[in-house]
Amino acid sequence: MSYDAVIIGAGHNGLVTAGYLARAGLKVCVVEKNDWVGGAAVSRELFPGFTYSNCSYVSSLFRPEIMRDLELPKYGLQILPYEGGAVFQEGGGYLGMYRDHDANRREFARHSKRDAEAYDIYARDILRFCRFIRPMLMRTPPDPSSFRPRDLSELMWLGREMGTLSEEMRARMVQFWTMSISDFLDEYFESPIIKGYLAVSAIIGTALGPMSPGSAYVLLHHYMGDVDGNVGAWGFARGGMGSITRALTASLKDQGGEVRVGHGVEKVLVQGGRATGVVLSNGDEIRAKRVISNMDVKRTFLKHVDEAELPDDFVKRVKAFKIRGSSGKLNIALDAAPVFPALPEGAPNIKGDLHFTDSIEKMERGYDDWKNGQFSRDPFQDVMIPTMIDPTMTPPGKHFMSCFVQYAPPKIAGRDWTDADRDAFRDTCLNQIEAYSPGFKDRVLHVEVRTPRELEAEVGLTEGNIFQGELTFDQLLFNRPVPGYAQYRSPIKDLWMCGSSTHPGGGVMGAPGRNAAAEVLRDAGVKGGMRDAYTVL
Amino acid sequence: MSALTHFRTPLLQTPFHARTSAANTLNRWGPWGGYMTALCFGDADMEYTAIRNGASVYDLCPMVKYRITGRDAAAYLNRLTLRNAAKLSVGGVHYTAWTDDAGKIMDDGTLFRHGPEDYLICCQERHLPWLLASSTGFEVHVEEVTEAIAALSLQGPCSASVLEAAGFDVQGLKPFRMATYPFEGGEITISRTGFTGDLGYELWLTPDQALPFWDHLFAAGAPWGIRPIGSDALDLARIEAGFIITNMDFIPVHQALREDRARSPFELGLGWMIDWEKGHFTGRRALLAEKAKGSDWALIGIDIPGNISAEGAILYHGKKVEAGVVTAAAWSPALKANLAIAQVQAKYAAAQDLWVEIYAMRELQYAKLMLPVTLTERPFFNPARKRATPPGRV
Repeated sequence: MSYDAVIIGAGHNGLVTAGYLARAGLKVCVVEKNDWVGGAAVSRELFPGFTYSNCSYVSSLFRPEIMRDLELPKYGLQILPYEGGAVFQEGGGYLGMYRDHDANRREFARHSKRDAEAYDIYARDILRFCRFIRPMLMRTPPDPSSFRPRDLSELMWLGREMGTLSEEMRARMVQFWTMSISDFLDEYFESPIIKGYLAVSAIIGTALGPMSPGSAYVLLHHYMGDVDGNVGAWGFARGGMGSITRALTASLKDQGGEVRVGHGVEKVLVQGGRATGVVLSNGDEIRAKRVISNMDVKRTFLKHVDEAELPDDFVKRVKAFKIRGSSGKLNIALDAAPVFPALPEGAPNIKGDLHFTDSIEKMERGYDDWKNGQFSRDPFQDVMIPTMIDPTMTPPGKHFMSCFVQYAPPKIAGRDWTDADRDAFRDTCLNQIEAYSPGFKDRVLHVEVRTPRELEAEVGLTEGNIFQGELTFDQLLFNRPVPGYAQYRSPIKDLWMCGSSTHPGGGVMGAPGRNAAAEVLRDAGVKGGMRDAYTVL
Repeated sequence: MSALTHFRTPLLQTPFHARTSAANTLNRWGPWGGYMTALCFGDADMEYTAIRNGASVYDLCPMVKYRITGRDAAAYLNRLTLRNAAKLSVGGVHYTAWTDDAGKIMDDGTLFRHGPEDYLICCQERHLPWLLASSTGFEVHVEEVTEAIAALSLQGPCSASVLEAAGFDVQGLKPFRMATYPFEGGEITISRTGFTGDLGYELWLTPDQALPFWDHLFAAGAPWGIRPIGSDALDLARIEAGFIITNMDFIPVHQALREDRARSPFELGLGWMIDWEKGHFTGRRALLAEKAKGSDWALIGIDIPGNISAEGAILYHGKKVEAGVVTAAAWSPALKANLAIAQVQAKYAAAQDLWVEIYAMRELQYAKLMLPVTLTERPFFNPARKRATPPGRV
């Protein structure tokens, strides 16, 4: 049995690539080491009656073009926008977030009248950056050292896009790509809690602190998505994030694609410099005209490809690729909704993202612990209760709480995480929530704790880095994952990459998977398989 | 309010106004059939989400209602409307329409059969002169009862769970059926009907039951995030469902100033309703002739590339010849598609080489797009939960 393509890893990007290839008529097979599909877009029932979003927990980046091309709504995909959000202040008080512009302005004004009005300028600037970057998401990055017509024309396109901006805007944008979020926010705002809230998107998933240069771009990465046209908005996948990969799997199977779970890839078979298939952990061999890896670039090439098949320079670059783990996750089953006494009764804030880090300084101190090889003693948590909106994940009146926690290092003081470390990490997080929500711990029915150790062991993310590689400017666009190999190809013929290690990077976006499929089809001479990305007007 | 002071309250308040006005944080009201109706209570996106995710409540009171009673009620309605009202069993509901003698649509609506000789018509426009004129020779009584009935539409995948929690057993209620339930010493009627294309129910009350029922329903629905919705959210849901609205997607003949604006059932995709076997009905002769000769217009559902919605856009054949107009359009959150309903000249109904020209205003300049359209079947959004009995419980 031979396939046109075997895809390693049934995460969202692998399934997106497979979905497009299957629709173009290719015979595809996705192999997955776990007994379930999903990768980091996964929902499992670890406590009876409670569905979790075990890793990723919110959706905004997932490209609507992909949802439509692969008919995902037909297979159950539904994105629910959420409302609300709040940062709680030490000693009482809070900053609330509202979807209504004026409610939000008046709320900001409680903390700083100036900042409340500065927010519109800030939002305009961020949206301008988004307008620039969004058209690049669904294009293969050009190789700046190549003279091939397509690379030249894509470089010219990029140049033209740059040319539409004023000199001032160009300068501003380059600054933004390279500066720290702390410095950037200082140019607009004065209130520590407002800055503390806005800096959140710049640190999530990244091993940078809010004062580290390069963190500002990470914020943009979290703003360039949308929920049904609301750029920058985030939502829940109804039924948990696993419903995204469940829909992708169902769509793929309807097109004749295969998904095999339970045995991961041991080794990519290479013969005469070409990939010819894979060997699974149970010894099965799957032959295919091409192998497409949804694993991160380090795992793919350093663990599953014979180093002798790879150029030294490439191996060196892959080893140097930054993929440092920085975060952990708690998934909690709750007997009842938690109460936050700081919030007025009936406040919608609890339906959104809840934080307890009320300044950039506090966030940076959490990062200091990470640098010292410890998890943050006073961590940043992005707490969500999707069941405030989604009725399908728990019995009525019960709740699922997702806590994304930062910072958590890949190793504790240079050694591996132990179960005792994991439990201490859990208690630190639960105690922090309890401090703002008395009685919270009494409502906890079950906790799944995931440190970088669990993320690497189960999901396969090297060092537990949720983006399959950090989103710093040196690792973006034509440098992602390594210079010369940003077009989803590798030094080995017929061995491709489609995961978040490739452009445009991580998050449940699907764009790497879609772009990889476009390149594979172009290479195979299959025409008409792909439609253009939506125009940004 | 005395009849001498209507100038002070040109728009009536519905029996739910005390609750809807308290919930309408933005004070966004619009007129509908002579009533104040909420366009949006505070957040149209979240209200729409309640329809497709949880449970939503829409104040239906402004629907125009006529009660038809008497020995000849079924015969009268068979003469008046396109479908066979005699075949509609007691406790049943059907979607129907009626035309003038020339076979041009006056309105569409739902017909409820409460008893062998007791029907209720719910519709968008007012028709009392026509209904009375049509009753000549029939032993029927036609009564305009709009203000005598209060109604709510409870729609969404959790609507059955909410009703169960409120003490109403709707497990056995099939689509387009209704039943009565006790409520606080009185009785209410629940029909499994709606305008969202989703699982949903319409709840029929007397005006004095309105407020206590609202409170009861919202208390029961809290765990499912029950929320009141305005017309903006409902309009998006109805476009996804592919439903048409009088005076939005077509002009009723009895209001059309320009004769050529009137449309027949065939021209609005309602030809399936016509029961040719039931005997004579108003418009039959003209419709038979149209059936033989062909129609001038067609109503189609289309899918448009990209995500820029096409409200009011003109359709062209071969990018050049004007072919029709978009009557309703929206980016569909449920389908992640750019949908529209359009009236086109019948010869272009297959949508071959059909294009839509979109003028998208962005910061005071138009972006002009000419995009190819694809014919798409209505309902665009058609989930299995809409039909399942017993209904899904989430």
